[in-house]
Amino acid sequence: MRRYLAGRLLQTATVLLGLSLLVFALLVWTPGDPVELLATANPEVTPADVQRLRQYYGLDDPLLVRYLKWLRAVSRGDLGYSRTYGIPVRDLLAQRLRNTLLLAGTAFLLALAGGTAAGIYSALRQYSPADYGITVLSFVGLAIPNFWQGILSILVFAVWIPLFPPGGMATPGIVSGWPALLDRLWHLALPVSVLATSGAAAWARYVRSSLLEVIHQDYVRTARAKGLSEARVIGQHALRNALLPVITLVALAIPGVVNGAVLTETVFSWPGMGLLLYQAVLGHDLNVAMAVLLLLAVVTVAANLLADVAYALVDPRVRYG
Amino acid sequence: MASGQVAMELGRRLPREPAAAVGSGARLTWRRFRRHRLALLGAGTALVLSLAAALAPWLVPQRPDQISLGERWIPPGRAHPFGTDELGRDVLARALHAGRVSLSVGYLSAGGVALLGTAVGVVAGYYGGAADGVLMRLTDVVLALPTIPLYLILAALLPGGGVGRIIAIFVAFGWTGVARLVRSQVLALREQEFVQAARALGASQARIMLRHLVPNAVAPLIVATTLAVGGFILGEAALSYLGLGIQPPTPSWGNMLQRAQEYIWNAWWLAVLPGVLVFVTVLSFNFLGDGLRDAFDPRMRV
Repeated sequence: MRRYLAGRLLQTATVLLGLSLLVFALLVWTPGDPVELLATANPEVTPADVQRLRQYYGLDDPLLVRYLKWLRAVSRGDLGYSRTYGIPVRDLLAQRLRNTLLLAGTAFLLALAGGTAAGIYSALRQYSPADYGITVLSFVGLAIPNFWQGILSILVFAVWIPLFPPGGMATPGIVSGWPALLDRLWHLALPVSVLATSGAAAWARYVRSSLLEVIHQDYVRTARAKGLSEARVIGQHALRNALLPVITLVALAIPGVVNGAVLTETVFSWPGMGLLLYQAVLGHDLNVAMAVLLLLAVVTVAANLLADVAYALVDPRVRYG
Repeated sequence: MASGQVAMELGRRLPREPAAAVGSGARLTWRRFRRHRLALLGAGTALVLSLAAALAPWLVPQRPDQISLGERWIPPGRAHPFGTDELGRDVLARALHAGRVSLSVGYLSAGGVALLGTAVGVVAGYYGGAADGVLMRLTDVVLALPTIPLYLILAALLPGGGVGRIIAIFVAFGWTGVARLVRSQVLALREQEFVQAARALGASQARIMLRHLVPNAVAPLIVATTLAVGGFILGEAALSYLGLGIQPPTPSWGNMLQRAQEYIWNAWWLAVLPGVLVFVTVLSFNFLGDGLRDAFDPRMRV
């Protein structure tokens, strides 16, 4: 296990290094550095000032020096300033992260629970109308563009039948207590259902095929043959093995949720990191955009590492393989 | 992960353990494929949609950019089956022409990814060692980047709003899934007798790779590429919806939906057709891809 872990950690470190190089390259490649922008925005700035500022910020240093300085700053959590908001990017991210976690986390759990339940039900009644219906729905859920589903749900549930708000996160004026909580849930309903759809569809398909594979194995037949109740056969023998690989998939699903969140937040004007990223890209606030990208990538890498380690813990074949 | 996240990942996260190529003849594969009703449905729909897009100028009388201010906001009806938009342009005409853009992006990106991914995968798998190490770490890095945020940033940095730019972005960062797939195939094939025989006969490395390794990895490659077409169409739609993909007045399914949301309170019909077309297209390619997988390797079927 220790050897496996060491190898995996080394690999992760390499990937993180590569990521930092790539993001830095994108930052350097971006036309118009901050001093240039300042100079064009303010006619009072003289060429001598520009020279002094460039020197002060180290913009004329060799690339390697700039990279190392940048890396040191980033690893300390210093991500620069936002052009649009004029506050440190770190503070901006912290504000928005909570909203994204609320939306994406709720959707993720809902998708996992709903998809797993549907997948189990579907597998246990293979070829029944219910199985057929769930399979069709999962195909639909996988192919429907997330943002279009958002537009449609706004059209149906906010325009035609005004049950839910067409966007936003809170009604102005409701700030505390139960009304605020209910108001938040009311605003969450549509975006969460949209964001959860493709995930739920993927889980349903995955759990169904995984469980079907296990159900026909000899040890399940043995469990039945020795007279165990169907609930114990499925719950204790089949499901355990069928759901084992789900650990890996939970982590692998994170990028999908993240991508979906960017679109869902934009459709519903949900003030999370996705909307922040979108507005930053439109407003050429590159520090913010790169910080979001870097943060999401690091989360993905960490989730992959965690998944592999967890999987190695439960399945010895991996660590000796 | 099933093709759900695949779709959202714009075709990047393709199956790691692919269906093995079955050498028992194309006829057997074709027979299995023919029996797969959903796959046939998918193939038929994809064909009809592609033809409709290709023949759009001859199928609808209106031009997609024909502005007619006297005919703004006409709901679906006899003259305009899917209504007209804020400039009086016919929605059906625009959607069919948009199909040319959206489908081209899907086909060309998937083709580009298949070529680049195969090249990387074959080189990594065949040479192994340092080349493999470098290429696979690069793959890991690219895979760690969430696609939509990455594409948004790249689209903002790269000027222009045409089809070529989108395809370049998709191919440059979309090859990783295919590369892993082909590499795993090549690793399995590399030490087999027929490859050793070719080597013993003095075949060059290029010949071994192109004539012996690649053809044997082609079945999973076709499956992956088919699924990728749908993924890239979704990607283009998302990017254009956000205003960073194909730029108006060139219609694409994504940028038509962007305006649709603005006008949703007055003109609901603008939101329907482009979305349905994206959805149906992606669905058909998913059906087709799954059917091909089952046809190439029935053992994979559950």
